Amino acid sequence: MAIQAHESNEPEVYFQYEDIDQQQDTYLIGMWAFLAQELLFFGAIFFIYFLYRINYLHDFAQLSGHLNWQLGGLNTAILLASSYFVARAVHRGQTGEMKKQVNWLWATVACAVGFLVIKFFEYKDKIGSGLFPNEHFAQHYHYEANPEVARLFYSLYFVMTGLHGIHVLVGIIIFVVLIRLIKKRSSLITDYIPTELCGLYWHFVDLVWIFLYPLFYLIPAP
Amino acid sequence: MSAAAEQETVQEKNYLNADHTLRSWLTTTDHKRIAILYLIGVTFFFILGGLSAALIRLELTSPTGWMLSNEMFNKTFSAHGIFMVFFFMIPAIPAVLGNFLLPLMIGARDLAFPRLNLVSWYLYAVGGTLVLIAMMMGGVDAGWTFYTPLSSIYSETQISLTLVGIFLNGFSSIVTGVNFIATIHKMRAPGMTWFRLPLFVWAHYATSLIMILGTPVVAMALLLVVLERSLGVGIYSPELGGDPVLFQHLFWFYSHPAVYIMILPAMGVQSELIACFSKRKIFGYHFVAFSSLAIAVLGFLVWGHHMFISSQSVYLSVIFSLLSFLVAIPSAVKTFNWSVSLYKGSISFQTPMIYALSFIGLFVIGGITGMFLASIRTDIHLTGTYFIVAHFHYVMVGGTVTAFMGGLHFWWPKISGRLYSEFWGRISALLVFVGFNLTFFPQFILGVLGMPRRYHMYGIAPEWLFYNVLSTAGSTVLGLGFFLPMIYLTHSYFKGRKSTQNPWNAKGLEWEKAASPPITVNFTEKILVTEDAYNYDAISDAAQALRTMEKRGQLAVVDDEDAWWDENSEDKS
Ligand code: HEM
Ligand SMILES: [Cu+2]
Repeated sequence: MAIQAHESNEPEVYFQYEDIDQQQDTYLIGMWAFLAQELLFFGAIFFIYFLYRINYLHDFAQLSGHLNWQLGGLNTAILLASSYFVARAVHRGQTGEMKKQVNWLWATVACAVGFLVIKFFEYKDKIGSGLFPNEHFAQHYHYEANPEVARLFYSLYFVMTGLHGIHVLVGIIIFVVLIRLIKKRSSLITDYIPTELCGLYWHFVDLVWIFLYPLFYLIPAP
Repeated sequence: MSAAAEQETVQEKNYLNADHTLRSWLTTTDHKRIAILYLIGVTFFFILGGLSAALIRLELTSPTGWMLSNEMFNKTFSAHGIFMVFFFMIPAIPAVLGNFLLPLMIGARDLAFPRLNLVSWYLYAVGGTLVLIAMMMGGVDAGWTFYTPLSSIYSETQISLTLVGIFLNGFSSIVTGVNFIATIHKMRAPGMTWFRLPLFVWAHYATSLIMILGTPVVAMALLLVVLERSLGVGIYSPELGGDPVLFQHLFWFYSHPAVYIMILPAMGVQSELIACFSKRKIFGYHFVAFSSLAIAVLGFLVWGHHMFISSQSVYLSVIFSLLSFLVAIPSAVKTFNWSVSLYKGSISFQTPMIYALSFIGLFVIGGITGMFLASIRTDIHLTGTYFIVAHFHYVMVGGTVTAFMGGLHFWWPKISGRLYSEFWGRISALLVFVGFNLTFFPQFILGVLGMPRRYHMYGIAPEWLFYNVLSTAGSTVLGLGFFLPMIYLTHSYFKGRKSTQNPWNAKGLEWEKAASPPITVNFTEKILVTEDAYNYDAISDAAQALRTMEKRGQLAVVDDEDAWWDENSEDKS
């Protein structure tokens, strides 16, 4: 779709703000406040994770060995790349190169989708081996670790990566909507700030995974 | 002719009559209209909560339980707690008065994110609806605290649906917090420096911090219960080596700070009322402002005082106990400062002030009994008894609801543009004070005597009947005290006398610069702030000068000061 030039490049200032600077600063503060609450949301379950890991160190290390660290590593690389792409998109937004901005955003979306596809196969593998942590957990269980702790471990694994996965999914939706709005030259998107805000969110999602990966896949034997 | 009088003759556009359709209300992004939507919501849940309280009190008028089954009783007090805490108390002051007043007080045309503000109301409404549906499908029996493993394993009631409703409501509270923080940081009018902010705004800033830092933790805690019930993942399950007490930690990590979500905005209202009705600057403005932040921070460090008899280690308990004593200090700072502010003030006992003075008395009792509970030794005897019930009702009803009523009456002329009947206002304020004490003071005694909370039979100690009957009798008075305002405020909304712009001669942008009711964009002029908050001294200096002149015979006798105010204050400013 061809992107047509717009008559005015002046960003719209909403009635409650005095000027564009105030509006942009306010958006950023709002986003940081939102991320603060995200941090505490994930913080709560990381706290639970550490508690159980300290209690069941041996079992956790043993179970960690059965997760596919190669796939996890691949996903880490993918998310890191996507964070770079979104940063490029913000940059292009600042310089006003809309076409390049949109391309970088598509690259980000592609990474996010790739991440979820890989995650899907990982889940499929685990659930296929009867490791979904409900009452039918591990009927053909053959690990060294205590089966009850294993269910606890997989509970944490599925809940934490699952919530993270939902955040990735939300990220995809946000980016696709953003791209459409940019292309439509919507009055909602008159400068780079919306991209910057979505980018901040995306960096956060990435950061959560940066912690999840070693905490689940790379637990060293004690 | 003054601006206010003009407004009475010319029918002006304001936020209320800007549009009349239901649609215009349900799609509004005007912070004042959203405040009204919230007012309707919280009143609705207050009524439901009140009715379930009435059931509880009725049931307790007999030692043997005469009306409700065990199960019904559990469901009734659970419903009461859930409605009152999550759907009335937490949103009451911030989402109604805060929503309405923050932009007006700081000289802004709206909150930072008006659409998000509407989203927060819808989250609240949908969350509330889900909980109502859960109640109609049989309700829940695990109390408002949802302790595991009762809530996660044993209860067979509508826990999951209720928790999803509460989760959404929590999200609404987070959204409000984000909005307030951005607004207070960035939307202040020129000249409105941080230390010129009304204390109401400071209190809401601290509250918003707790909302965004505490709520997500309880959201996670509750979500895990839902997942445990629905999918079978077992994070709290003792069978798997999980720890059910973990839930209590996470729950109270939020819910202790949440009691400050409930009380801090009330303290903000309190500062405004005391200042206006004694026509004095709040003594020690900076201390009062920073004590709000201190409460917000310390409030996160004391949750373990709810768990002295859980498996928590003794050393931990000692630390939590000491920290709990600390958190009382900033509350006391505020109380002292309000009291001192009254000194030499020209106090008038209008309805809002009666509520404000009740607040001081009741909150002190609530806070001091908190000290008893923060001491491990006494708490081990008192925990789980009616003493706890009395303690938290003194702070939550005696504190928060009293301040909410005071604030609602104080700003009613601004919100509705109408005056209510001062006579009925004072009567109900007194009824609330008397009824409240009659209801809850006997519960302290019951608690010391050992009556457990959440039981509906006390056949082992029929002598407790007397205090229980006293309490039930008091609750009818209290109920009347809350019922009357619903009548006369509604009446005043449609039929009341029109209010002037500033009927109380109060300081503050919302009174001095905005019409009653305000126009949709709040102000007709650009706001520039040039003085500190509560600059009542400027007025009282003038009054003082007048008195001196009068003494010297330079002036005709002014014998009725009120009349003097009425005549002279309008054309000021
Ligand atoms: C002055 C500082 C305060 C202190 C030191 C304090 C202390 C305590 C303690 C130690 C408990 C636990 C008792 C137990 O379960 O054994 C408690 C319970 C409670 N407090 Fe406070 N409190 C204070 C202020 C407040 C305020 C301001 C509110 C609300 C606006 C409040 C609301 C509650 C509630 C709701 C409970 C009971 C929760 C439940 O178990 O259902 N408290 N308080
Ligand atoms: Cu507490």
